[in-house]
Amino acid sequence: MLYREAGQFKTSYAADQAMFPIIQDRAFIAMVLIIAYGVVPFWANEYWLQAVIIPFLIFALAAVGLNLLTGYAGQLSLGTGAFMAVGAYATYKITTIYPDINILVVFLMSGLIAAGVGMVFGVPSLRIKGFYLAVATLAAQFFIQWLFNKVGWFFNYNPSGTIIAPPRTVFGVMVAGPEATAQVRYFVALVFLTVGTVIAKNLVRGRVGRAWMAIRDRDIAAEIIGIQPLQTKLLAFGISSFYCGVAGALSVFLWLGSAETEAFDINVSFQVLFMIIIGGLGSILGSILGAAFITLVPIFLTNAPALLNIPFPTDLSKHIEEIIFGGLIILFLIAEPNGMARLWQIGKEKLRRWPFPY
Amino acid sequence: MSPRNKIGDVLLAVDGVSISFGGVRALDKVSFDVRAHEILAIIGPNGAGKSSMLNCINGFYHPQEGSITFKGQRRRQMQTHEAALQGIARTFQNIALFKGMSTLDNIMTGRNLKMKRNFLWQALYFGPALREELEHRAVVENVIDFLEIESIRKTPVGRLPYGLQKRVELGRALAAEPDLLLLDEPMAGMNYEEKEDMVRFILDVNDEFGTTIVLIEHDMSVVMDISDRVVVLDYGRKIAEGTPDQVRVNQDVIDAYLGVGH
Ligand SMILES: Nc1ncnc2c1ncn2[C@@H]1O[C@H](COP(=O)(O)OP(=O)(O)OP(=O)(O)O)[C@@H](O)[C@H]1O
Ligand SMILES: [Mg+2]
Repeated sequence: MLYREAGQFKTSYAADQAMFPIIQDRAFIAMVLIIAYGVVPFWANEYWLQAVIIPFLIFALAAVGLNLLTGYAGQLSLGTGAFMAVGAYATYKITTIYPDINILVVFLMSGLIAAGVGMVFGVPSLRIKGFYLAVATLAAQFFIQWLFNKVGWFFNYNPSGTIIAPPRTVFGVMVAGPEATAQVRYFVALVFLTVGTVIAKNLVRGRVGRAWMAIRDRDIAAEIIGIQPLQTKLLAFGISSFYCGVAGALSVFLWLGSAETEAFDINVSFQVLFMIIIGGLGSILGSILGAAFITLVPIFLTNAPALLNIPFPTDLSKHIEEIIFGGLIILFLIAEPNGMARLWQIGKEKLRRWPFPY
Repeated sequence: MSPRNKIGDVLLAVDGVSISFGGVRALDKVSFDVRAHEILAIIGPNGAGKSSMLNCINGFYHPQEGSITFKGQRRRQMQTHEAALQGIARTFQNIALFKGMSTLDNIMTGRNLKMKRNFLWQALYFGPALREELEHRAVVENVIDFLEIESIRKTPVGRLPYGLQKRVELGRALAAEPDLLLLDEPMAGMNYEEKEDMVRFILDVNDEFGTTIVLIEHDMSVVMDISDRVVVLDYGRKIAEGTPDQVRVNQDVIDAYLGVGH
């Protein structure tokens, strides 16, 4: 099928405002959804789901959230790990105190709590920008991690200091805890990512998204149009932290099973930031591509030598991984600041003109 | 030229406004009125305080003395948000567009204040939220037609040539359907044809929508052509005010432009 816009005249603004105005894009998305819902869960084995695909979905959700804040609203944050931790610990507390509340609802409640915390730490963004704001969010990162480590109430005074996902069912199906199958956990994570992506896409193509981008691109001009900087930034912090909070909750309850605060340390913040830089700042699709890339490359690097029958010490592949990431991030920042999403776009534009070179 | 019998009551009164930056007195007890539906030009040599005046009117600068009365409400200082709500829109001397956004999205931001659905509706992009978006899109499409920029609707503004960027910026201001439009050197850096287009747009806006316009312009032939009245600033002080013909022959104005006697 040719990738063409020709002949697809948009007869109304409604058609033009659609999420994917071009029919080939819609077909592509439909295909991705069919594969994600109908093929992957039945084809992939337990190992792949647990070690690769579930964490990818969860990190993609966090990356979408961070991209709303950093890519769209232009507020650099290094507190992603902390906001994820808030979601995880909130879920743990709520579900151990009120075991009867549907765990999916608890995930959303925890997202709201993370949103509140995110907004509090977003207040300095009214006064400070860029690097200095990043430092302020870094304070959130260290403070929250310290708090959850120090105050026993948060982990129910468990002597090991960990939070453990208790078994939880939804409509009789085990979704969290040791007995939940990878398949079920995959589905739950996938639904969260799908809904989260649609909502993010809706937000960025409406008034809210335009206000965020206006603040990002020219805050003074935005203010003079009547966009209120504090409200707009706090909304970005709130919604972004909601996504991160839910992702944090999912990562303990659908993936890790148990966790300490180290699971949400500064490395996680950087990892999610790298996802959106490589994937593309200001692109929802890019967040997902970036998350896929960063979760898949390590797997590839650990498995490739074995496949090629080359003896390869694991710590060396770990170093190589870091070198490749570092290099790619520098490369993207210099050569293609709009990331993989932009490469995808360019590819589509080429395809649209094919077979003519221009 | 626009009809001369349209002028209404005082819409904006600037009264004894002063502002200093360190030692620089950018505005020194400046007073003037702007009447509804008129086109008022502010002229003066570089650094005279023209841009500072616009910045005070829309609340970006806060004058240390004086008051500003808009639509009968007297204020010590305007606030940006308040000014936008009250119907003041502007363009900037150095284009201040949202570079990463398309022409369409830039102009849509001009409608932001008029969009009422909260973010929860927006998240659904459905029902009332979608209807609202389409309603405002229709208004913005009118602005796009009016400014003849249909072909660059989806282009990121960062890729547009300078003249077109100025036009998009005007579009963003117009989308807010302002009562008072402040234009800071809307024709600076344009070639002859672009200037002609811009003059036509300004006159048409004034004519068709009755929008009151305060503009800063260096090109005297343009000023003389389109403005109903002219205010002349020099070193932060108002040195003359009147019709273009009165101002043209004013000795203080001639001296200021020739750099005589300070
Ligand atoms: N934010 C500011 N901080 C410090 N000084 C300022 C500021 N804004 C204006 N000034 C000073 O006030 C004086 C008037 O500046 P303004 O920009 O209003 O002049 P202008 O008439 O618009 O000049 P031009 O024709 O060059 O645009 C100048 O001396 C300028 O340096
Ligand atoms: Mg100026």
